[in-house]
Amino acid sequence: MKIDITGRFIAVWQRNLTVYRESWKINFMPPLLEPLFYLAAFGIGFSGLIGSVRYGDMEVSYVSFIAPALIAVNIMNNSFFENTFASFVRMYYQKTFDAMMATPLTVAEIITGEIVWGATKAAIATTIMMIVIGFFGLLNYTAAPLIILIAFLGGMAFGSTGMIFTASVKTIELFNLPVFLFITPMFLFSGTFFPLANLPWWAQYLALALPLTHLTNVLRGLNFGQYNADVFAGICYLLLFNAVVFPVALRKMKRRLIK
Amino acid sequence: MGTEVIVAENLKKYFGAFTAVNDVSFHILPGSCFGILGPNGAGKTTTIKMIYGFSPLSSGSLKVFGMDIKTKAREIKSRIGVCQQENTLDPDLTVLQNFAVFARYFNIPADTAGKRALEMLQFLALEQKKQARVAELSGGMVRRLVIARALINKPDLLILDEPTTGLDPQSRHQVWERIERLKAQGMTILLTTHYMDEAARLCDSLLIMDKGKILAQGSPRSLISEYIGSHIIEIAERSEGIAVFVRENNWRCEDLGHRLIIYAQNSHEIYREIDLKFPEENSLLRSATLEDVFLKLTGRELKE
Ligand SMILES: Nc1ncnc2c1ncn2[C@@H]1O[C@H](COP(=O)(O)OP(=O)(O)OP(=O)(O)O)[C@@H](O)[C@H]1O
Ligand SMILES: [Mg+2]
Repeated sequence: MKIDITGRFIAVWQRNLTVYRESWKINFMPPLLEPLFYLAAFGIGFSGLIGSVRYGDMEVSYVSFIAPALIAVNIMNNSFFENTFASFVRMYYQKTFDAMMATPLTVAEIITGEIVWGATKAAIATTIMMIVIGFFGLLNYTAAPLIILIAFLGGMAFGSTGMIFTASVKTIELFNLPVFLFITPMFLFSGTFFPLANLPWWAQYLALALPLTHLTNVLRGLNFGQYNADVFAGICYLLLFNAVVFPVALRKMKRRLIK
Repeated sequence: MGTEVIVAENLKKYFGAFTAVNDVSFHILPGSCFGILGPNGAGKTTTIKMIYGFSPLSSGSLKVFGMDIKTKAREIKSRIGVCQQENTLDPDLTVLQNFAVFARYFNIPADTAGKRALEMLQFLALEQKKQARVAELSGGMVRRLVIARALINKPDLLILDEPTTGLDPQSRHQVWERIERLKAQGMTILLTTHYMDEAARLCDSLLIMDKGKILAQGSPRSLISEYIGSHIIEIAERSEGIAVFVRENNWRCEDLGHRLIIYAQNSHEIYREIDLKFPEENSLLRSATLEDVFLKLTGRELKE
């Protein structure tokens, strides 16, 4: 495949940033409030029932167990929804990509700009969430810069995946399918709210195929200051996952847009 | 003036088994205004999409500014301004933001872009709307704004796909006047339109196409004199007697039932003859127009 991406993709990224800044107050709201709701519900409501959880050879509180998972889920949601619903609106209803295709931008640059923007949005949301989580005393500050980097990497993975669906669906309603079949099960079964070890062995293997499992593993390890094999394997998984889905997203979008 | 801005040879475009553009060839000279006319679905938009690098050719060869579109698309696109048929302005942004964002796609520095945006807004009489959101603008303003935005990169070639569709007569005349000014500055212009008066006024050279094929090519004047002659005779509410008379004389005519149109080089003589013989008939001798050529070539039935 010919590589036709230059730094010009930044212009597409900046277009989305310009729109985001127009309504930053609304955009900052979900990552501020969501961890508050979850931590309040689980911290106050659940902790009496659960108490502590085993992580490696440590006993950790339930809220500190789920705090990094909340970040992971947020990364997934931000980038996946940005590169499905939001990208689809730009492509299909607003003809934003059509306008771009009449300029020196290539389709590969347009889609790269979109996916990198989705990942950036995830990283911004992560930063805001970390402030809230830090306020609860649940953040490992030394790991914070690395967590933001991982948020970007995870955002690229879920954004590219979303873009593959965007290249395939006929109508915007059809996104409910991947959300229902892909996002919701991952949200529940990726070692987010309970340790994977609680699942039967086959389900554990299944979970290991899911990107959210690895993103959660990495963030949890970093937040507990445990640079263990799970963290290393998770980063490798995410890099590999990106190396597959990103080029596929570009190829499928080219096929959709170039007529 | 040098070489042609566009050299298109045997352009073809297939969508699956359907042929949207079938063997279209034309040249466009620098500084000229070239028009593509044709009924709905003729293939006008598809043809120009190939020129601005939006759609790859199925076959044929296309050179813009002397460069091959297949290998130099980016260089070519950086020198073209495009006003697409559909509105592609960014509804999430204000008018000025639309310019700023669009200029970045061309790598135009922000301060240059800002100055240029104001100039272009002024040029199309939109400067009082610079802070407005696109959603607040009327249809006519949106269309003018798209044209203004297409000029952000000081293009050598301006492509306008139905620039005045949906505009009121005032805006239409204003846009025509602006296009003429751009042409006077030496800009090459390629436009499509459904308005024959627009094509006759603006275009030095025309191409009429239907069902993907070229029907005729030439200047508005030469097309009129070649296909119609200088004048035509129109007879409204024609009687049976006059229809028979015209047929007996073997005059080239089109009988639309209640209306009869006679095409002839010697139309003045024929008109006098008819007027003498059928003085009570409602007949009219008028200059032939591009619309007559268009209808004659593409037929009067609805296309889509
Ligand atoms: N992406 C596409 N896929 C399939 N068919 C297409 C596609 N784009 C255009 N066509 C078909 O090609 C033909 C020519 O379309 P085109 O848009 O070029 O016509 P046009 O001359 O611009 O018409 P109009 O005056 O209505 O704008 C039409 O029959 C149209 O349905
Ligand atoms: Mg068209």
